Amino acid sequence: MSSPIIEVKDLHKFFPLASQGIFSRVKGDNKAVNGVSFSINPGETLGLVGESGCGKSTVGRTLLKLYEPTSGSITFEGEDITKYSNSKMKPLRTKMQMIFQDPYSSLNPRHTIGAIIAASYEIQNITPDGGVKKAVQELMERVGLNPEHYNRYPHEFSGGQRQRIGIARALAMKPKFIVCDEPVSALDVSIQAQVINLLADLRDDFGLSYLFIAHDLSVVQHISDRVAVMYLGKIVELAPVGEIYKAPHHPYTKALLSAVPIPDPVLEEKREQIVLSGDLPNPANPPKGCVFNTRCWKAKEACFTTEPTLHQVGSSQVACHFPE
Amino acid sequence: MTLLKVENLSVDFPTPDGLVAAVHETSFEINPGETLAIVGESGSGKTVTNLALMGLIPLRTANVTGSAIFETHDGPVDLLAMNRNDLRKYRGKDMAMIFQDPMSSLHPFYTIGDQIIEAHQVHNKVDLKISEARTIELLEMVGIQGAATRLRSFPHQFSGGMRQRVMIAMALVNNPSLLIADEPTTALDVTVQAQIMKLLSDLQKELKMAMILITHDMGVVAGAADRVNVMYAGRIVESANVKDLYANPLMPYTQGLLASVPRMDRPHADRLSAIPGQPPSMIALPSGCSFNPRCSRKSEVGASKCESQMPNLTTRGHEHFARCFIGEGV
Repeated sequence: MSSPIIEVKDLHKFFPLASQGIFSRVKGDNKAVNGVSFSINPGETLGLVGESGCGKSTVGRTLLKLYEPTSGSITFEGEDITKYSNSKMKPLRTKMQMIFQDPYSSLNPRHTIGAIIAASYEIQNITPDGGVKKAVQELMERVGLNPEHYNRYPHEFSGGQRQRIGIARALAMKPKFIVCDEPVSALDVSIQAQVINLLADLRDDFGLSYLFIAHDLSVVQHISDRVAVMYLGKIVELAPVGEIYKAPHHPYTKALLSAVPIPDPVLEEKREQIVLSGDLPNPANPPKGCVFNTRCWKAKEACFTTEPTLHQVGSSQVACHFPE
Repeated sequence: MTLLKVENLSVDFPTPDGLVAAVHETSFEINPGETLAIVGESGSGKTVTNLALMGLIPLRTANVTGSAIFETHDGPVDLLAMNRNDLRKYRGKDMAMIFQDPMSSLHPFYTIGDQIIEAHQVHNKVDLKISEARTIELLEMVGIQGAATRLRSFPHQFSGGMRQRVMIAMALVNNPSLLIADEPTTALDVTVQAQIMKLLSDLQKELKMAMILITHDMGVVAGAADRVNVMYAGRIVESANVKDLYANPLMPYTQGLLASVPRMDRPHADRLSAIPGQPPSMIALPSGCSFNPRCSRKSEVGASKCESQMPNLTTRGHEHFARCFIGEGV
């Protein structure tokens, strides 16, 4: 097996909560990411799913060192980048890129899309063969935009087209690894399918690896090789895509899957749904023992005292004392 | 008996660039206790249809025409012909609306109790104590624990799902016969979405309330609706019983919409079938059928017909209507 392109071990990212008062002292931490480990192989797509506030976007951003990790290690192509400074990271940024959720706020409205896509050439001081303009137009064509629209501004494009601009920008440096943070959740269904197909084609053509963050489990299933389910800053299940949808082992995964409505009224009528009660607990003060114990219908004594760790169940890794 | 009968509803917004026909000659009916889903992409006119019914479109900015006969506690009235001030007697009492974004549709400076009590007081000349008791009863009904104390909480002290429950409680405070739910779960997580959809369907059964559910999520529609109207570029393009529509979609747009949804219950397919192109600009609609530039089946009737004539919404079987030349008159 080839060595992973990116590997994280026991990653933590805490955001300090300031107390109210003049002599403000840190009151506690929002434990956004609380001990996460995984690796992604070249050409592989890892889906990362969970509810809002579970820490999935923080994982993506910490991975690219847009946030400084609190503890743990990040290894990119065998290089430990955990402690790298911004200037040391800069050459590496050509290999790791990001596509953002909101195609409206992630493009500068005062720049033409040509300038937006070309920005990374300027920042990295790279002149592509045949000049910047030619390279940009090739990228635009590759992602399904009309290259003649080079001089237009973002407001002249629809949501789906803007997301294509974001994708072209991420591809400009010929990266190996892209964090896709909810790339299709702001788009209409018919456009969503176009963008997912594009991302899948690009992955196959350029041998990209993705960390695909989404809350929509059916989208994740479509594009991922493996899926990690996060809950309150921790990965509770990590499994190959065929396994996790067929036989989820963690009760939370099971509940999450059953909550996704199926677009078929006949099946939907017959299906038994697990409706979880309550909301996500406060990540500043996670429950003792298993983090899911406040909403779990199977919780027994052990779940309130000892924290389960990820262990192998079949071909999946599950953090549960009583896996299904 | 029909609860609401909408006929030829059109909403046009004059803009400096031209007339935007946001909704064009839409007709539909809804019976008591029934759930009608309106689906479509952003800009297809689904929200504008319902804002027009609620009288929430400023008349200065739009021309609203057509009729909407609604069965109220005073007997049938035409919602569209009525003076806006008179409409306030029925809005919030006979019909109520919940909005997509529970974060911005509650007033941040008032406690949720104040806001729900106000909604009750407007339509009922009763003592505040009675309104408060009714509010507590409703908050309990929508599953907010410790309602008597949560009454004094402000919206920011609730999570997104809880705020949506508060919105539902506020909408139901006067026992409306029609609830319009505009993307009620789009801003919520799937697990919370499941809670809210279950709550709505339970309440609907209990209160025998009709619901218009506006959504773009074909999964939510499958689980909740009795009938479905599919809208595209301001027009209803297909209307059918929910099972009929999913089993036998007739309009190529509906077919494409259903095929482009990634599905967890099916084996992994390599590619999703996407609808090519983009929804048209509402200012410059294509001539002929609005869907024709994206339609993959127009060769079946001859492209020139689709590009020059707008098909009518015609009957295709029991309560199944479609706007397409394919299969017309068969």
